[in-house]
Parts: sequence; structure tokens; C-alpha cells
Amino acid sequence: MRGLIEDDYVTDEGEFVINIGPQHPSTHGVLHLKVWLDGETVKKVQPHLGFIHRSIEKMSESLSYRNFIFATSRMDYLAAHINNEACALTVEKGLQLEVPDRAKYIRTILAELTRLQSHLLWWGCTGLDLGAVTPFFYAFREREYIMEIMEETCGARLTQNFMVPGGVMYDIHPNFQKRTKEVLIQIKSKFQEYDNIMTGNVIFENRTKGVGFLSKEDAISYGVTGPTARASGVSCDIRKLIPYSAYDQVQFDEILGTGGDCYARYMIRMHEMKQSVSIIEQLIDNIPEGEFQAKTKNVIKLPKGEFYQRVETPRGELGVFIVSDGAASPYRIKYRSPGFSNLSALPLMAKGGKIGDLVAIMSTIDLVIPDIDR
Amino acid sequence: MKILLTYSFSSLATYIHNLLAELITNSLLLQVTEMVILGVSLIAFLVVLCFFLGYMERKVAAFMEIRLGPNRVGPKGSMQIVADTLKLLLKEGLTPDSADKFLFNLAPVIMVIGSMMVIAPIAFAKDFQLYDINIGVLYVSAVSSLGVIGILMAGWSSNNKYSLLGAMRSGAQIVSYELSVGLSLISIVVLSGSLSLGDIVRSQENGWWIIKGHIPVIISFVIFIIASTAEINRAPFDMAEAEQELTGGFHTEYAGMKFAMFLLSEYINLFVVSAVAATLFLGGWMPFHIGGLDGFNHIMDFIPSSVWFFSKTFLIIFIIMQFRWTFPRLRVDQLLTLEWKYLLPISMVNVILVTVMAIMGWHF
Amino acid sequence: MFLKEYFGTIYKSIKSLLVGMKVTGYYFTHLDEIKTEEYPDNRATLKMFDRFRGEVVMPHDDNNEHRCTGCQACEIACPNGTIKIITKQEILEDGKKKKRIDAFVYHLDLCTMCNLCVVACPSDAIVMAQNFEHSVYDKKQLKKILNQPDSKLMQGVE
Ligand code: SF4
Ligand code: SF4
Repeated sequence: MRGLIEDDYVTDEGEFVINIGPQHPSTHGVLHLKVWLDGETVKKVQPHLGFIHRSIEKMSESLSYRNFIFATSRMDYLAAHINNEACALTVEKGLQLEVPDRAKYIRTILAELTRLQSHLLWWGCTGLDLGAVTPFFYAFREREYIMEIMEETCGARLTQNFMVPGGVMYDIHPNFQKRTKEVLIQIKSKFQEYDNIMTGNVIFENRTKGVGFLSKEDAISYGVTGPTARASGVSCDIRKLIPYSAYDQVQFDEILGTGGDCYARYMIRMHEMKQSVSIIEQLIDNIPEGEFQAKTKNVIKLPKGEFYQRVETPRGELGVFIVSDGAASPYRIKYRSPGFSNLSALPLMAKGGKIGDLVAIMSTIDLVIPDIDR
Repeated sequence: MKILLTYSFSSLATYIHNLLAELITNSLLLQVTEMVILGVSLIAFLVVLCFFLGYMERKVAAFMEIRLGPNRVGPKGSMQIVADTLKLLLKEGLTPDSADKFLFNLAPVIMVIGSMMVIAPIAFAKDFQLYDINIGVLYVSAVSSLGVIGILMAGWSSNNKYSLLGAMRSGAQIVSYELSVGLSLISIVVLSGSLSLGDIVRSQENGWWIIKGHIPVIISFVIFIIASTAEINRAPFDMAEAEQELTGGFHTEYAGMKFAMFLLSEYINLFVVSAVAATLFLGGWMPFHIGGLDGFNHIMDFIPSSVWFFSKTFLIIFIIMQFRWTFPRLRVDQLLTLEWKYLLPISMVNVILVTVMAIMGWHF
Repeated sequence: MFLKEYFGTIYKSIKSLLVGMKVTGYYFTHLDEIKTEEYPDNRATLKMFDRFRGEVVMPHDDNNEHRCTGCQACEIACPNGTIKIITKQEILEDGKKKKRIDAFVYHLDLCTMCNLCVVACPSDAIVMAQNFEHSVYDKKQLKKILNQPDSKLMQGVE
């Protein structure tokens, strides 16, 4: 291990190294950043991973195609639905299974609700990272409403495991539509408040504008996806490019920014929340009648071959790659998680900034550490 | 002794003094006894005050954050802070192995002493002042910057890079903001013509300075509040702690009682700064008077002067608390930009403005 | 020009700060917006949603009969090895030998509440309960036998 990690605590004149993490308030988990500093200025950042590696990929190889989905809830725990959906979609792709429309709609609504709650949590955490504690609680208030929807329909708040190959586990709860509409009204009425307390705030603007610049070229070459890449002007919304589930049925905009700095990333997510609300509004009254699950065999066996499916999680592009040898469990599974690639651009963005900037960058690329490590 | 007699704490102090004088005949002993009583009661007062401020901060924060705040220990959670203090007392006072042990242990003491000393010239009520030193304003601004020594000491002696970074930040910060604080204090000194806090309060008999001195004084008031929030290291200027960046800044390595002493000094500082602001700009214990309206002024006099003082102080404390629970933290270079680019030039111009105003008599 | 910009910045900054303080000020003065749930105190009124997944249970009817045939579908479906079905051979009245469950062992400490076992069960013998207060002092207490002592298979369930 020693040989793999650059062993350079030995530093240039005047530089010193601090270890941010694995236990640190702003790494949002067990991420270890080795930071070379010259005074307050960041010279170099080196992320060290592996503290929360649970080998979900390896584990999945011994689980059946029905069972391996549940573990992906624990990857990006703020987007459990979308992870599960990605797995279900891949298995369906392998089976060439047609999913009923009702299931597609339910999936899309739940995925957008997930995106909304993830962005809300991110918004609160960004405030927290920049030193404003209060927005965190406002964000959690609205997030709690969404969590209640999840709890009522899916039975769990965070790790829902509601997607099964062929559809969703149960039909929606009778209250689902009513509650969702109420919650949307609630959330929409709060957007202005979010802007008042954070977006317009002069301290916040100073902390984020022009900080952590990522150019379009770098974003592409580092494989950065999601809002982080869109803030740099890279069009990469899988929902638009390769629509899955019911995304081809709805009108929404792919928000593109040009700034490439923390503020642009912030604004992209703020707008995406509004887009999510509008997507849900378009779908919620039009859920078609019918089956919520396609018929599948008791033991699912994927044909021999390789299957890949991409989805858009709140953090970027999640890819699920399954190699099947025709058995009842996957031969190999690989998750292309958005957090990992996004993190790889962090050293680039943080270089030359201050420690405070590093924190701001980390929070605006919205890291979820278990997603990076799996 | 002389101090106590001349600037007596109203009748209570005289009563205690007479009582003691009967019991103890040796004048030196009497003086020492009185000093001890004074010191103990001051410390007791400050500790109780800090309990209250801690409770207040938690409740204020909670209400702003749509929470209930402490509500388990004691009625409405009021004993929570006592429980926390007990916990901190019982915790092991850890000293890191490679720390400079002497300085490490000295730092919190210096912080607390530094902040307690500022209390001396503040008038809590009419004729209720520990020590009406004739250079009160100077004393306040001089002593209040002692804290930075404690912070630097703590940061350096912890032998921790986070602590050192925090200490260095706070060094830069306090030294720069000291200037604005001083300049905004000067504007009141210019107007009232005295450095003694007692005189400054008395000069507001016909109206508080913030009303009498209108725009320039309001500007200095705002600058004072901002700069002193920075000086006492409270969010949004808590660069020295900066939990999300430096995990705890200068007190990363402190635990138990030593940590509690940092908290204590933080709250005393908060109180002192607010009290000074209340004294200088809002008339201290002086009731709300409007020059010329004697009838109205008499009615206002019925409210005890201590109530006036504390309500003004707590108003300012509340504002500073609201800052903390609303704003994000500044970055360290922006912090200095704010001071050197905005606060300092403005307060310099403002001092000139106030001086002209004082000479020309353009105030009420 | 410079001064105009300078004071414009100051004006805008102070305004934005005051707008922020208005939000916190609003909540400080509107205490009915408080959202805290005083959890252990509100136990009486706290009702979980009926789909909430708290723990796997096996419902028994009044005659102490359950629906579990011992088919082990749930054991296979469970990704964590939470469930162990221990079966026994039972001789029925007509002399036929039949597989019956001896113990449905459920390790609550392993369970992730994924609901896969409930979905897999062909005879709806197990359901999710809404209880979520699982803390115990001894880990052993988390190992549960879901079928009650002397319980029987319900008539008509095969
Ligand atoms: S809920 Fe999931 S983990 Fe728990 S016993 Fe059932 S299948 Fe296993
Ligand atoms: S609980 Fe259901 S699936 Fe499990 S053994 Fe019993 S009948 Fe079979």
C-alpha cells in the first residue's frame, strides 16, 4: 500500500501537509484528503479512498438478480431509488422485458422525488459547510415531507428497495398522489426563502463565485458528470440524452451553466429542483392504469452477454455493467459511480484556493462517500 | 477601598462595607476581604450570566432553526447548560503528549482573565460600577485584545496544524478589526468629550448618542457591531474555530474544563462587547430620554436603570446571535478585505465626520 | 464612478444580509412553525405508516395457527442470511409424512428490512411489522423464533 500512495509528507520549503479526514466535519463521511498547504493556500490535494469500501460489487456476484438490487441502496444512499432503478433497468435490458407504463411512471416520479430530496439535503449541507447552520434545518423540513411520501408508499425512508426487475414492488399507496401534490406546493412556496437566506447572501456569493473553476474540457476529460459537469457547460443529462423510464413523456429543460465555478454548480442544482417539481407535476395526475409489475420468472437468469445501463442520479451518471454467463447470479458487476469521477476533479479545482474554498468545492460537487467507495 | 467608597455600588455596597468595617478593624484586612468578596461575586455573576447566555443562544438558535432546543433538563431545558458544564467538569482534561504543557494549560486561563477584566469599567446600573477608570474606553479596547494572546498561545502550544492555522487566522483577524473597533469608539469619545464610561453615560442624559448623533453615529454603531463580532471570534467571523474547515481551530485539542473555559470566555466576551455597545451608543443604564421633554423623561426614570442596561445589552446580544445563526462564514481573505477595504476607510471618514459634527454642533 | 460602485456594493450587501436576517427573524417570532417531534413523549400519537418496514413477523390467528409451510422460499430470497428455516418431519393423521417448520429463526440484527422475503413468500406467512424500537442490551435477544410455541399450520394452506 505504501508504494502505491505517493509518500511525500516531505514537502517543499514552507509547505506543510494536513490530513482532512477521515473524520472531519466537512468531508461528509470517511474521506481522507491529504492537503499540501502553503499558509492557507492549497497547493495540492490527494484524496485517499477505501475507508467505507463494502465490496458491494463483489457481494452482488453471489446474489441472485432479484437480490443484488437491495445492496445498491447503500451506495449513494441519498439516491437509493435511482440506484435501484438502474439495476432493475439493466436486468430488464438483459431479459428484454417490457415494463408496464404504470411502473415507468411510478419509477420516474419516485426518482424525481429522490432527486429533489437529495438536492434539498445538499443545499442544507452546503450551507452547513460554509458555516451557516440554519439552512440545514429548513432543507430538512421539506425533505421530511418527501421522506414521508417514501415511507408511506415504499415502506422505508432512505434505503427503499422499491424497484424490482419488471417494475415496482407494490402499487402506489392510495394517498400517494394527494400527498405528493401537497408536498410539491409546500416545496414550491419555500424556494424563495432558500434564495433569501442563501443564494442572494453576499457572503455566500463571495464564497462561491469564481471559486473552484472547472473548465469544460477538464470536465469532459475527467469524466465529470451531473450538475458538476453541466455547470461547466457539458451537456450530459442522461434523462435527456438517452431517456429511460418515463422521461421521454415529459417536458423539462436540461439546465446548463457556463461559469464552471461553485456558484454555477449551486445554481444548476437550485434550478434542477424546480425542474424536478415540474416533472413530477406533469406525471402525477397521469399515472396510467394497469399492472405495476411485469411477470417475471421465479428465478431470473440473464442470457449470456454484457449489459450496460446509465441513469442520471442527483450526482451524475450512474452506470451499471453486468456480465452474465447465463447463471442465476451475475458473473461480474461494475458500477460506474458519479461520485468517484467527480472527486477525481477535486484536486484540479481546489489547487490554488484557500482551505475555505476546498470546503466549498467539496460541498458543491456534492460528494456522497459511500458512492465513491462502494 | 477608596475606589469602593467614592464610586459606591449604591446602598448595598455601602451597607456591606459598613458591616465589614464593624467586624474587621484592620484596614488592610478589610480591603483584602472586600476585594475577595468582590471578586467572588463577580465571578459568580459571570458564570451565572454565561449559563444564561448559553441557554439563550441555544434557544435562539433552536427557534430560528424551527427546533425546540433544550427541553429535557429542568423546566424548559433551562438546566441543560448546568448539566453540560457538569459533564465538562467531569471529563478528563486531556493534554496532548507533544504539546507545550505549560502554555497549553495557561491559554484558557488567560482567555478567561482577559475577558473578565473588561467588565471592570462597565456601569451596570446607576452608580453601580466596579471601577470608573477615567480612561475607560481606552482600557476596554486595550484589555479586550488580550484574548488574542490566549488564542495564539492555545494554537501554538497544541502542536496541531489545525490549531496553528486557527490561531494564525485569529491573530490576523483580531489585530485588523481592533482598528475599526477603536475608531468607532473614538467617534463617541469625540462627541462626549470623555474617555470615562461613566461620563459617557452621563453625557447621554438628554438622549442616546445613536439618536443625538444620527447618521455618523449609526454608521459607527454598525461598524462597531460588525467589527466586534469579528473581534470576539463569533460566526460569521469564527475563522479561528471554523468547524467545517479546521475542525475546531485553536481549541481542537482541548477537552473538559479547559474547553469549558474557552466557552466561558466566549460568552463573557459576547456580553462585554454588547455591554460596551449599549453603554456607548444606547446610553448604558440611562433611560430613554428626549431632551426637553421632562415629563416623559420622568416616566422613563421609573424603570430601574439596571433594567435599561440589561435590556439594551441583551438586544445587542440577540442581534449578534442572529448573525451567527443566519450567515455563512467568510473566507479568511475576504475577512481581511472587509476590514481593510470597507470598514476601516469608512470608519476613518466617519471619525472626521463626527469630529466636524462635534465642532460645529450639528448634533442634537 | 469608483465611489458609486463602492457604495453600491455596500448597499447591496447590507440589503442581502438583512433579507437573510428577515427569514431567521420570521421563524424566531413564529414559534408555531417549529417542527420538532418530541419522540418518546409522543409515543401515544405516533403512528407509523402501515407499509413501514420495521421487522419481519409471522402473524398467528386465534387458534395459534400460522401460514408458513416451511418451503424456504424466504430463506433463499433473503440476501443476508437473516432467515433460517428449521424443518421437521411430522406424521399426519392419515399416516403421511409431511414437512413442517420446527423453528423460523429470524436474526433481527442482520435484517436490512428489504422486504424481499415477504414478497417471496408464496403463502403470505410473514409480514412487516411497524415496530421500530429494537434496542436491546444483549445481542442474543435479537435472534427471534417467529413461530409461536406449539403453533400449527393453518388449515388449507399448502
Ligand atoms: S427483510 Fe430482507 S433482510 Fe430482512 S429477512 Fe427479509 S429478505 Fe432478509
Ligand atoms: S415464511 Fe413463507 S416463504 Fe418462508 S418458509 Fe414459510 S411459507 Fe415459505
